[in-house]
Order: sequence, then C-alpha cells, then structure tokens
Amino acid sequence: MGAILEVNLLSPITLAFVLGVIARLVRSEFSLPRDVYAGLGIYLLFALGLKGGVELAKASWGVIVLPAVITLALGCIRPLTSYAVLRRVGGLGVSDSAGIAAHYGSVSAVTFIAAMSFAAGMDTPAEGYMPTLLALLETPGIAIALTIGALKMGGSRNTREVMHEVLTGRTLVLLVGGMAVGYVSAPEAWAQVAPFYDGAIFKGALVLFLLEMGVVAGERLNDLRQTGAFLVAFGIAMAVIHGLLGAAAGAVAGLGVGGTTVLAAMSASASYIAAPPAVRLTLPDANPTLSLTASLAITFPFNIIVGIPLYYQFASWLVR
Amino acid sequence: MEPAVLTRLRLVTIVGETVLRERLTRQLLEWGATGYTVTPSSGKGSRGIRTGDVPGEGLRIEAVVDSSTAERILSGIAGLYFEHFSVIAWVSEVQVVRGDKYVRP
Repeated sequence: MGAILEVNLLSPITLAFVLGVIARLVRSEFSLPRDVYAGLGIYLLFALGLKGGVELAKASWGVIVLPAVITLALGCIRPLTSYAVLRRVGGLGVSDSAGIAAHYGSVSAVTFIAAMSFAAGMDTPAEGYMPTLLALLETPGIAIALTIGALKMGGSRNTREVMHEVLTGRTLVLLVGGMAVGYVSAPEAWAQVAPFYDGAIFKGALVLFLLEMGVVAGERLNDLRQTGAFLVAFGIAMAVIHGLLGAAAGAVAGLGVGGTTVLAAMSASASYIAAPPAVRLTLPDANPTLSLTASLAITFPFNIIVGIPLYYQFASWLVR
Repeated sequence: MEPAVLTRLRLVTIVGETVLRERLTRQLLEWGATGYTVTPSSGKGSRGIRTGDVPGEGLRIEAVVDSSTAERILSGIAGLYFEHFSVIAWVSEVQVVRGDKYVRP
C-alpha cells in the first residue's frame, strides 16, 4: 500500500491539486479563467467518451451486460446508504439528508478520470466501456435521493424539470454522446484525431484541470468550520464504505484490477457538478453549503490523494 | 431632429441563483413581460449561498414593463422564491423611447 500511495502522491495530477489548494490557502489571486476551466472540463469528458466508444466498438455487447446490471444495482444502493447514515447517525433533517445523499449517489467525473489515469499508469488499464458504467451509476443515484426527499417533503411538481437537468447535464451529454460518436466513427477517421484525445495532451490537460480543482476545493475549506465534525467523518467514511462496495461489485462483475479500481473510485466519489443544481431545484430548503463542502472539501481531496490508491489495493485483493 | 418621445415605465431587476434561470425567464413572460435581458453577476448577500459548479456565480435579469406587470412580477417572485432561494428583486422608474414595445397589446 505504501508504495502505491507514493506513486499517487508523486504524480503531477495529485501534486497539481495540492498546489491549487495551497494557492487558495495563502490567498493567491491565482485561478484559471472560468472559460478555460469549463473548456478543459468539456475536453476531458468528451475525450473519455470518445475513447470509451472506440473501445466499446471493439468489444462484444455480451461482455458489458453483467457489469452494467451490477453497476445499476450499486447506483440504487449508494443514495440509500448515504441517506440512512445521514439521518440515523448524523441526525440531519430530511431535506439536508436527501440533498447530500443525491451528491453521494451521483458520481464525480473528475475522480473517475483521475482513477482511469491512475489505473493506466499502474499498467492495469480499465475496461473501455467504463464511461457507460459512469452513466449507469450516476443517474439512478441522483433520482433516488431526490425522490426520497420529494416524497418525504410532500411531493414535488418539478420532476420533469429536474430529470431534464440531470439527463442533459454536460457530464452525461459529453460522455454518452462522445461514446456514441466514438462507437460509430470509422477506425481510420478516429486514428486522425486520436493523438489529440488520447495520450500526452489528455494527461497534460488533466494536470491543469486538477490544479484548478485544488483552488475550487480550497475555497470550500473555510466552510468546514461551519459544517462541523460529523460531515468530515461522513465524507471520509462514506468514501471508504462506498469504495469497498464498488470494489466488491467490480470483482463480482468480472472487471479487471483497473476496472474494479475505477468502479470503486466512482462509487466512493460524490458529485459537485450534476447534483447541486438538481438538488437546489427539488429540495430548496436543503442547505447547499453542507453538500458542496462535504463533496468538494472532504470526499474529493480524500479520493484524489488517498482514496484511489486504497481502492486499487482493494481491487488487487478482490480480483482474482 | 425631433425630440425623442419618452414613456415612463418600470424596470424590474432580479438578482438570483443561476439554477433559476430557466424558471425565472419563463415566468417573466407568463407574468406579462415582453422580453428580458440576462447577465451573469457575482456578489455576496445575507445568505452567502453559492451554488452551482462555479461558486459565486449568479445572474441578473432585467425587464422593462408597465407598472401592473411589475407588481405582478414582484409579488410572484416574493411568493415563490424569497423563502428558500437567494433572490432579490426591485423596481425602478425608467423613461424609454418606443414605449409600446414593452407593453402587451
């Protein structure tokens, strides 16, 4: 474990993230221009979708059925475990619990990308269809948590608006859309653009993106004083529990060590892009500071620095 | 050159959370506005709530309307959003050229 942790800690991805956090803590005026940040995010998601689609075209559909079903089941469980812990252990109210559970039922695309890159770096690249699994994990996760909240709070009239928000969010459109484009692209035509989407440019962009993610996460650290110790413990414990659950699911689904690591990291992650607007619209009385601080200031840094190597360890124990 | 004919109308300004963009602009038209302008904005208020992927990002919506529409918009917004969302709204008096452009026939 120590050696794997060291590999991760000394990777430019992790170090750039830490630099971003430090830049924020010393109140540096540095931050990536908003449009550059958004553009890099779009590039990374679309590149992963494209590569996933190209790989999927090489695989047979039969291979993906079992992992898809298991991931869908995992997606249904995660919001329920989160909600139960928040309500029972944390004693939080219905709206706040459901709001945070929606974040932990969803997936952080950046954690996913970092885990994909880590698995590739360990010479155990994940299966090509992983972006499909992300979509399957994320969608039921948000929907279930919001439904719990809406039911307990006496019904919401905005189901259509929220589902539109979730399904047309940039993560799903770029990943799933990219997969479709990659899947049907002629191999010779893909080969012409592949150097832009695969390889050095992709990895370099990821480092730059993580630098800004550090700034974004660092901005949230101040809110920790306000949100309290339970949320810190929750953000870490939930990541480890969901990571273990995801690793077990990956092993049962027959994924390799890389794929299992990535599924575990996805399962351990919490959204801060797709979930917040959906939660804000459905559960307006849930405090967004709680959910955003937990997912951005605690779970995300934990996963990037310690979590991904830990899930790799889980995966190498569980996968035969 | 003829002097411009000015009409007294109301400028409704709403400052709020970005997630409300679709809802607010749809409702403005339903309440009788003939158009609106949306600009990104940032700042801090009593709630200090920052939401969405870009913390601190908000929006400012402006519409020139007649006074009864302005009242309808303000009371609608007060009823729907003031309790749970970071939204503020105000009305100011403005003088515009081509006044009929802003009023539904």
